[in-house]
Amino acid sequence: MLQRYLRLFLATLLAATCLADFAPVKPGVPLVFPRDYGAHPAFRTEWWYVTGWLQLPDGKEQGFQLTFFRSGTGLAADNPSRFAPRQLIFAHAALSDPAQGRLLHDQRSARAGLGLAEASEQDTALVLDDWSFRRLPDGRYEADIPTQDFHYRLTLTPSQPMLLQGEAGYSRKGAAAGLASYYYSQPQLKVGGSLVRTGKTVPVGGVAWLDHEWSSEIFDQDTVGWDWVGLNLDDGGALTAFRLRDAAGNTRWAGGSRRDAQGKQIPLGPNDIHFIPSSHWTSPRTGVRYPVGMSLQLSGPLQESWQLQALIPDQELDSRQSTGTLYWEGAVHASRAGKPAGRGYLELTGYGGRLRL
Amino acid sequence: MKPAATPPWRLLTHLAWLGLRAQPLRSLACMLAILIGVALGYAIHLINDSAVNEFSHATSSLSGEADLTIKGNLPDTLYPAIARDPVVAATSPALEVQAHLPSRNEPLQLIGLDALRAAKVVPRLLGQPAAGPADGTQGLALLEPDAIFLSPAALSWLKLAPGQSLTVQVGLQDVRFTVAGSLPAAGAGQRLAVMDIAAAQWRLGRLGELSRIDVKLKPGSNLADFRQRWLPRLPAGSRIDTPAATGERSANVSRAYRVNLAVLGLVALFTGSFLVFSTQVLSLLRRRSQLALLRVLGLRRRELMAVMLLEALALGSAGSALGIAAGLAIADAALKLLGADLGGGFFNGVTPSLHVSPWALVGFFLLGLGATLTGSLLPAWEAAAAKPARALKSGDEEAAFARARSPWPGLALIALAGLLLPLGPVRELPIPGYAAIACLLVGALWLMPWLTARLLAATPKRWREGPIAGLALTQLKEAPGYAGIGLAGILASFSLMVAMAIMVASFRDSVTEWLGQVLPADMYLRPASSGDTVYLSPAEQALIRSTPGVRQVVFQRLQGVILDPARPGVLLQARELSAADAAERLPLVGPATAVAPGMTPIWISEAVADLYAVQPGNRLQLPVRGKSLAVQVAGIWRDYATQHGSIVMTLDDYRRLTGDQQVNNAALWLAGDAAGVQAALRSRLSHGERLEFAMPGDIRKMSLQIFDRSFAVTYLLEAVAVLVGLLGIGVSFGGQALARLREFGMLRHIGYRQRDIDRLLAVEGALLAGIGVLAGLAVGWLISRILIDVVNPQSFHWTMRHSLPLGMLLLVSLALVGLAALTAVLAGRRALRVGAVRAVKEDW
Repeated sequence: MLQRYLRLFLATLLAATCLADFAPVKPGVPLVFPRDYGAHPAFRTEWWYVTGWLQLPDGKEQGFQLTFFRSGTGLAADNPSRFAPRQLIFAHAALSDPAQGRLLHDQRSARAGLGLAEASEQDTALVLDDWSFRRLPDGRYEADIPTQDFHYRLTLTPSQPMLLQGEAGYSRKGAAAGLASYYYSQPQLKVGGSLVRTGKTVPVGGVAWLDHEWSSEIFDQDTVGWDWVGLNLDDGGALTAFRLRDAAGNTRWAGGSRRDAQGKQIPLGPNDIHFIPSSHWTSPRTGVRYPVGMSLQLSGPLQESWQLQALIPDQELDSRQSTGTLYWEGAVHASRAGKPAGRGYLELTGYGGRLRL
Repeated sequence: MKPAATPPWRLLTHLAWLGLRAQPLRSLACMLAILIGVALGYAIHLINDSAVNEFSHATSSLSGEADLTIKGNLPDTLYPAIARDPVVAATSPALEVQAHLPSRNEPLQLIGLDALRAAKVVPRLLGQPAAGPADGTQGLALLEPDAIFLSPAALSWLKLAPGQSLTVQVGLQDVRFTVAGSLPAAGAGQRLAVMDIAAAQWRLGRLGELSRIDVKLKPGSNLADFRQRWLPRLPAGSRIDTPAATGERSANVSRAYRVNLAVLGLVALFTGSFLVFSTQVLSLLRRRSQLALLRVLGLRRRELMAVMLLEALALGSAGSALGIAAGLAIADAALKLLGADLGGGFFNGVTPSLHVSPWALVGFFLLGLGATLTGSLLPAWEAAAAKPARALKSGDEEAAFARARSPWPGLALIALAGLLLPLGPVRELPIPGYAAIACLLVGALWLMPWLTARLLAATPKRWREGPIAGLALTQLKEAPGYAGIGLAGILASFSLMVAMAIMVASFRDSVTEWLGQVLPADMYLRPASSGDTVYLSPAEQALIRSTPGVRQVVFQRLQGVILDPARPGVLLQARELSAADAAERLPLVGPATAVAPGMTPIWISEAVADLYAVQPGNRLQLPVRGKSLAVQVAGIWRDYATQHGSIVMTLDDYRRLTGDQQVNNAALWLAGDAAGVQAALRSRLSHGERLEFAMPGDIRKMSLQIFDRSFAVTYLLEAVAVLVGLLGIGVSFGGQALARLREFGMLRHIGYRQRDIDRLLAVEGALLAGIGVLAGLAVGWLISRILIDVVNPQSFHWTMRHSLPLGMLLLVSLALVGLAALTAVLAGRRALRVGAVRAVKEDW
């Protein structure tokens, strides 16, 4: 029952129909930091998305993911109550342990306010009950995420400059003007900290990726979902690629960027990116079939061919309890010409029905 | 003849069946008496149980999966601190109000909820949006500021459907909501509305306030620890409850009322059992020679007793089974027609469905069966014990009664009643009081044959000389055993009726007098009759005061106050009066006491004094609106309006201590005519049409109507008891008439006409009833003293003065004597239809 309610709730909140006037995403607006590390409540939707690989002391690897969503409701603008539901905050966290064979995950959700759920407008500083994710003055990020199955306390240290996606942070999501987001990434984050599982605390290292994106209208009615991948390459480079799909599985829009080991960034346009499924996995729980192996072909300015293979096939995330969505979000190995070349995260949404965001 | 070894059961059951069939009417009367007793007792139990069950369901669905509920006037800043407590797994804050709906007399329970928080603690309170446009926007309805979700019971009560609007009165103003959907998981009979907490705070004028926080603790956390840690940090008057404690308290609220009703139900069963007793005695007397014959033919004493008890078993089973069925029907009808509390006002907002537990069903069946067997045991034993040779002889019947003629057991029981009286209540119920009444009654019943015999023996001889009256008196005197049985039935039911009548009359007189004292003004005004969302603001107060034709105004602020978390709240009435006035304006019980200089005086109702053991001069900390006020008791007053206690303080003190400027009602003294002032007030205040006016006469009338209605059930039960008593007279006279066939035959023989025999029976019946009525008056008066001075103060915590409804008692006494005479004649005639001539022949 709980699920049904929350799904209904969120499906609505994140629906593309405009319920109130939210700020439009316009090109040519320079991002200003540290202000833009913080939240942008004038826009409908916003997320901070951390994905990465954890290195355990015994050499084994696990994927982890942490997302904070902020959603403007367009409601209660003039209500002086401390509970006024102007903004809602949701978060989920997941751990992909090959030994477990599937995701461990948990979520939180609340209306913003009362110090229990806050998204600072000054800097990245997110609190949701006992979960927190914040940027420290020295630029490092700290995540403290206790869940029912695990508890991680991680410090993420940037090793490279930030990466502004699209045109200096203005990332188009469709042919129509206005279908866009403000979007920056922080690849190659060095992971340190600890992971508690079944009462045991172990130190962890690894590499992670942060996306921060905000928008009021991110895709149109004809889009049912997207594929997204962010790869931390072993040589220090970074590759971002996404495409938006229609119901038939055709690409409606695509985009991304490729930064090489020297720091040179090449933007990727809608015609430069081709996702070609190479293997599938069908969820025994939901019956949804995901292309968990992908061949990613880049054309245009770059001629590169990447093979993406899931760390474990079952990384389906049923977050219908918080964001009302059902998708696959998993750690992937990246290889090029048959050689391992990087680690990253692949996100496959809208395979179980149209994604509402 | 050699006695048979062991007669088969079939023979015994056959004999029992013959016994029943031989006297079908008498069997029917017995069954009916048991049926009525069981039906009433069971119906009352069912109604109470269903109500309590529904009520506790309602409370438990409010607290859902919470381990603890914090209740009180909580600032909403407290909520994050609780939510962050390390042992807390999840919390759900809520603002609960009793919302007044214009044109409705009962308020609607309205809960402002944070849907996202509630989902983890009280998921049953989440609204389900009605199907809206298919764009998926309906989910947001849970947060919409004007969306309200109604439980199915509330929807049908208000005759609303999703999409329609619901108006809540806040102060004098309207706040309009849209019914956005229902609460499918709410209790079946629970009237409930849920909306977003922020909108509730804002639109109901309760910014910053919470009334409850439901808390789910992490597994393994210590409940008591949490309570101990937080209770001192909560505003005064808050409490931390477990759901079980909440349910228990809600059941306790109505317990005294329920127990009193149950006792009345048992009285009917007791009278029924008594009727079985008298019927069985008479039946056995009549069959005395038959039974003796059976003994002579070889039936053993034990077996004869088994036959008697089998008869009782058959009667009891049939009567109880039918009684259970009738009880179910009565309870079902009563719940539908009168509501859960039979007009008692304890379970508002809940319309229960019938709740049938197998244990109670079996229990009441066994109770009915037990009552029948108890009633039959003594007569059966007596019949079995009789010496067959003597019993075979005609006219031996009276010998059977000799055993029961010693007055000592009766006197001992009455003495025991006296000893029980000074004992205090048990678990706040007047158990010793009820036990004393039972002892007194049974003792009096026991004494009745003995007393009758003494009384009749003492009559002057010449009274026994007339052809009709003389004969009647002689008959009663010579057969006091028979007389005693008929009499006891009258005594049992009539004394209880007298007791109730005196008690109710005393109560009613006291309430009438009290109403006169507490309603001194010319006119009363309030913004609405129900809910806690209505009030008068300071500006509105000033307007009322300055209205032409208004000579004087006394405003009053009402506020619930929790003195003891384990008890229901007490009503604080802050009134415009000076400490010096209090003694005159309040119906004080006992003298007023001066408070220490600088102390704030309060006047407590009897219930507060009783329940919290507080006396004038005592100092208290009064938790009001989250503040703890130091006060001193200046006097005790009589308050029939609030059962759980009320406290009066001056409005000046209240405002000085709390800063709260709103009021809930006003008493007006007028210089002009009432209609003109009403019109002026309505036009001067915005939404003045919402004001409700009442004249003291109307309030008095309405209060007494409510009073009478709540005692209607009592009257009904009493009437049934008297009916059963009359049934007893009928049975006893029918039986006697049969036994006296020969006598009547002889009377006809010597020239008495049928009319004369009717008159003879009528006089006997009237005489018997007369004695019963006199005794019933005496015993009833004693019982009424116990009810008024012991049972009532212990159950309801209020005292009353004694009144005697002489006219009514006289009328009922005469009616009963008349009815008894009529019953005697009818029963006698029926029995004598066989014809006098054949009757005389019988022995010849």
